[in-house]
Amino acid sequence: MKLLDKDEAKRISDKVMALTKADECRVSISGARRGNVRYARNSVSTAGLVEDTQLSVAVAFGRRQGTAQVNEFDDRSLEKAVRRAEEVARLAPENPEFMPAIGKQAFLPTPTYNANADAFSPDFRAEMAFQSIDAARRKGLVAAGFFSDSTGFECIANSNGVFGYQELASLNFTVTTRTEDGRGSGWVNRAAYDPKSFDARAASDIAIEKALRSVEAKALEPGRYTVVLEPSASSDMLNFMFGAFDARQADEGRSFLAKKGGGNRLGDRLFDEKVNVWADPWDADAPVLPWEQQSMMARRKTDLIRHGQVASLDYDRYWAQKTGKPASADHGNIIMGGGSKSTEQLIAETKKGILVTRMWYIRMVDPQSLLLTGLTRDGTFYIENGQIRHPIKNFRFNESPVVMLNNIDDLGKSMLIGDANSRFRMMIPAMRVRDFNFTSLSDAV
Amino acid sequence: MERRTFLKVSAAAGGTLLVPVFGNAIAAEELMNPMAVQFKKALADVALNAATKAGASYCDVRIGRYLNQFITTRDVNVENIVNTESSGVGVRVLANGAYGFVATNVMTPDAVADAARQAVAIARANARLQSEPVQLAPVKGVGEVAWATPFTKDWRTVPVKDKAEMLIAANKAAMATGATFMTSMLFQVNQQKYFASTDGSYIDQDVHRLWSPFTATAVDKASGKFRTRDGLSSPAGMGYEFFDAQPRHKVRAAGGVTTLYHGAYDIVEDARAAGRQAREKLTAKSVEPGKYDLVLSPEHLFLTIHESVGHATELDRVLGYEANYAGTSFATLDKWQSKKFKYGSDIVNFVADRTTPGSLGAVGYDDEGVPGKRWDIIKDGVLVNYQATRDQAHIIGEKASHGCSFADSWSSVQFQRMPNVSLQAGAKKLTPDELVKDVKKGIYILGRGSYSIDQQRYNFQFGGQLFYEIRDGKVTQQLGDVAYQANTQEFWNACTAMCDERDWRMGGSFFDGKGQPSQISAVSHGSATTRFNGINVINTARKIA
Repeated sequence: MKLLDKDEAKRISDKVMALTKADECRVSISGARRGNVRYARNSVSTAGLVEDTQLSVAVAFGRRQGTAQVNEFDDRSLEKAVRRAEEVARLAPENPEFMPAIGKQAFLPTPTYNANADAFSPDFRAEMAFQSIDAARRKGLVAAGFFSDSTGFECIANSNGVFGYQELASLNFTVTTRTEDGRGSGWVNRAAYDPKSFDARAASDIAIEKALRSVEAKALEPGRYTVVLEPSASSDMLNFMFGAFDARQADEGRSFLAKKGGGNRLGDRLFDEKVNVWADPWDADAPVLPWEQQSMMARRKTDLIRHGQVASLDYDRYWAQKTGKPASADHGNIIMGGGSKSTEQLIAETKKGILVTRMWYIRMVDPQSLLLTGLTRDGTFYIENGQIRHPIKNFRFNESPVVMLNNIDDLGKSMLIGDANSRFRMMIPAMRVRDFNFTSLSDAV
Repeated sequence: MERRTFLKVSAAAGGTLLVPVFGNAIAAEELMNPMAVQFKKALADVALNAATKAGASYCDVRIGRYLNQFITTRDVNVENIVNTESSGVGVRVLANGAYGFVATNVMTPDAVADAARQAVAIARANARLQSEPVQLAPVKGVGEVAWATPFTKDWRTVPVKDKAEMLIAANKAAMATGATFMTSMLFQVNQQKYFASTDGSYIDQDVHRLWSPFTATAVDKASGKFRTRDGLSSPAGMGYEFFDAQPRHKVRAAGGVTTLYHGAYDIVEDARAAGRQAREKLTAKSVEPGKYDLVLSPEHLFLTIHESVGHATELDRVLGYEANYAGTSFATLDKWQSKKFKYGSDIVNFVADRTTPGSLGAVGYDDEGVPGKRWDIIKDGVLVNYQATRDQAHIIGEKASHGCSFADSWSSVQFQRMPNVSLQAGAKKLTPDELVKDVKKGIYILGRGSYSIDQQRYNFQFGGQLFYEIRDGKVTQQLGDVAYQANTQEFWNACTAMCDERDWRMGGSFFDGKGQPSQISAVSHGSATTRFNGINVINTARKIA
C-alpha cells in the first residue's frame, strides 16, 4: 500500500482510539519502502525492494497491558486489532512496573526527510553499484558493497492527546575493495539523508586507495600503541558504552557506572576532559525523530559526558519515578564533540603510531570494566614521524572504551557514521589515543 | 522504521539484549489457523505466471507467516509478553541472468503480480553489471508436499500463565541460592513457510523452535564487584515438551560440578545452580595466564565450532560474496582442492546436516526447494567440502545444491546460510571424568560467553560461563577472568581426545547474524566433551578509573 500522509495517519489513529473500551490506548503506525543493491566479485549479487506498513495498538486495563498489530487498514481490521489487544490485556499478568500512557508532549520537527529521496529507484541503486564497481575494476580490484535506502514515516498517538507524525529518508553505503590476490583490503562507509549529497565513486576511491596501500603488510609485536582511530573505528566501541548508560543497572550495582558501596557514578570524572558527548535530535547532520517510540516521550538535547564527567544517565519512566529523578527518552543519536583537524592532520602530528580504519567483531568480555575484544580490519598502517610508513598485519585488541576515552591525545572533526544496525545515529571524531592495548596478531586480510 | 525495529529486553549485566522483531503482535486464538494451502498455491501461481510473462527465466515465491512469542521476566515480575505475526510474499526472479527480489505485505493477486513484475525490472536494471549470468544447479520439482518439525506439545497451546510461572520459578530459585538479580526469557518461533517455483515445487512447511536463556547476577556492593552466570540451556527445534526434563535427560558434568541437559531442559534446576555459582564467581581465583589443556563441554564448544568451522566453510564467504560484511575465509578453494589441508588432527570429523531431529537447522526443504541432506565437511582432519546453494554448486563441481539457502522472513531475500555443522563423537569409549583423568594442568569450560573472531576466521577469543581448574586429573575450584585466544587451524590440530557418542549433544545459536541487510538464522552444533592441548589463556581482569 502507499505510504500514509499525516492526515491519513491521524484519521486512522483517532479511529482506533475511539474504538477501545480500555482505560488507555497507544497507537503507532510505521511505514517504509526499503530498497537495496548488494554486489560482490564486481557483480550485483542481490537487489530488492520491500514495502511494509504496520499498525500497533496497545491498550491497558489498570496495570494489565496488551498489544496487537495488523497490516490492514480497513475499518473491520482496525476494530479487530483493538479487540485483540483488549483480550490480551485481560489475560496478561499485572505488571507492578507498568507506567500509564504519557501526557501530551510537544514534538518540534527534526529534519529527517529530504525531498530528494524521490530519486531512489532500481536504476538509481544500480547506478550507485556501477560507479563503485567501475572504480574498482579500473584499478584491477574486486569490490563487494551494499547500498540501501529507506523512505517512510512514523506516527505515534495516545489517548492522552499525544500525536506525532514525521517522514524519514536516508541511505547507507559500505564497500570493501580487495586486491585479486587477497593481500590488500580497504573499506569505507557513508550515510546520508540527501541522495544528492552522496557520491558513490568518491567514497569507493577511499576504499580503493586503502586496498592498494595495504598489500605487503608487516607484523608488529602485540602491545600498547598510540593509535589514530578513524571515526568508524571507534564508533562500535562507543555504541557498547552508551548502550550501558542505564541508571537502574548502575544503581543496582551491575554496571561499570556502579559505585563501590552503592549508588552510581553520575558526576564522576571517568574520562579525559577533552571528551564531550551529547544527544540532540535536531542536530543538522544526524537528525532523529523528536520522540522515543516506546514511551512516546519527547527527546531533548542531553549532555552525556561533559569535560570528561558523567553528565547524565538514562532513566526509564519507572526507575525515574522510583528514584525521584526526571525520566529521559532513549537517545536516538550520540554526538561526540571533536575539533577541526582532519584525520590526515592527526596522522601528520603523530610521531609513532597505528592508523586504524575499522574495528570488527567487537564483543563484551567483562561488563565490570566494559572490557571489549575485537580486531582491526581493512586498512591498518604504521605511522612514523607524521607519515604512513607501511601497512601492518591486523591485531586483536582487549580494551575498554572507558580507558580509551581516558587516553585521548587529540580529536579530529566529527562525522556521521553509516551503520544501519547500530542502535544510535552517531557523529564521532577521529581520535588519537595513547596506549591502546593490542593483545595478539591476526593473519586475516 | 527509523532504525531497525528491536525488542529491548533486559539481559546480562551492564546492558540490554536487542532482539530483532519482525512483524505484528497477535492474539493467541489466531495462532492456530494457518493460511489455506490452496490459497497460497493460487497466490504463488499468480506470481510465477506474472514473472514468466514479464520475461523471467526462473521465479520462486515464498509466502510466509512468521509467529513469535517472547516472554521476558525480571526478578519476580513478568516484564513483557509479545506476540508477533508477520505475513507477506517475497518474489525472487532471474531475468537476463541477474536476480531481482520484491516483497510485499499486501497479499492480493494484483499486488503479488505487481511485485513479480517489479522484481523482473530490478533484475534487468542490474543485469548490465553482471559479469557472468547466475547458474542454478538443477532441482527436481517435487509437486505439492509438506513437512513439519516433529513435536508432541505445541508451544502455541500452552497457556502464557504457565510459561510465565515457569520463568518466575527459575528466577526465584536462583535468587534463593545466591543471585541478587535474575532475568529470564522464553523465545518461541513458528515459521509457516510456503515455497513455490517455476521448477514445479509447492512446498508447505511448519517449523518450530524455542529457547529459554537466563542471566543470574550476583552483586557484592561492598567491593563493587558483580558476576553473572547464564543458563546452560541449548535452543532446540522442538515443541514445548523440551521443558519436561526426566532423569534420562540429565548429564553429570565432569567432576560433578553441575548438571547438564540433553534433549530436554530443567530451567529451575539450572537456575538454582546458577545462583550458587554466580555467587562463587565473586571470589573465584583469578586465572594465571599461560598455556593450558582445555576440556570443553558441548555447551561451550558449539560456539567455537560455529565461528571457526561453521562460518569458515560457507562457500559464499570463501568466494567473496560476504567480503563487505561478515568477511571471507581462510579455508580457500586451493586448500580444498589440494585434498590434504589439515584443518584439524586425525580425530576431527565434521558433518553438515539438515536432518538431525531436534536441531535448529532441521527442515524438509531449504528456501530453494532443495531437500535436507547430510554431508562431510572435514574428514579425518582434512577439509573435504563446503556449504553451497543452487547458484554455487557448480563452482565446487557438485551436481546439486547442499540445500543451504534461507531467508529469515518473507521480506528477506534467501541466501547461503549455515546448516547444522557438528563434530563427531570419538570412536573409543570415554566419559568426561575419564577424559579429565590424565590432564595435569587444565581448565574445564562450560557455557557460552564472550566470542570474537576475525573476518577470515583465523584468530579467535572465547570466554565461557563456568571455568574449573583441572589439577593432576581432578576438577577442582572455579577460576575467574578466563578467556582463550587461538588460531583456528592450530586449535583444531591441538584436539587430542573426545568423549564417545553417549556424551554427544547439541548447542546452538538462535540469532546468528549474516548478510546485508542483516538476517538472523538458527543453527545447532553437536559435539562430545573434547580436549585441546596447550591453548593460550589470558586473564581478562581490568581496573578502570
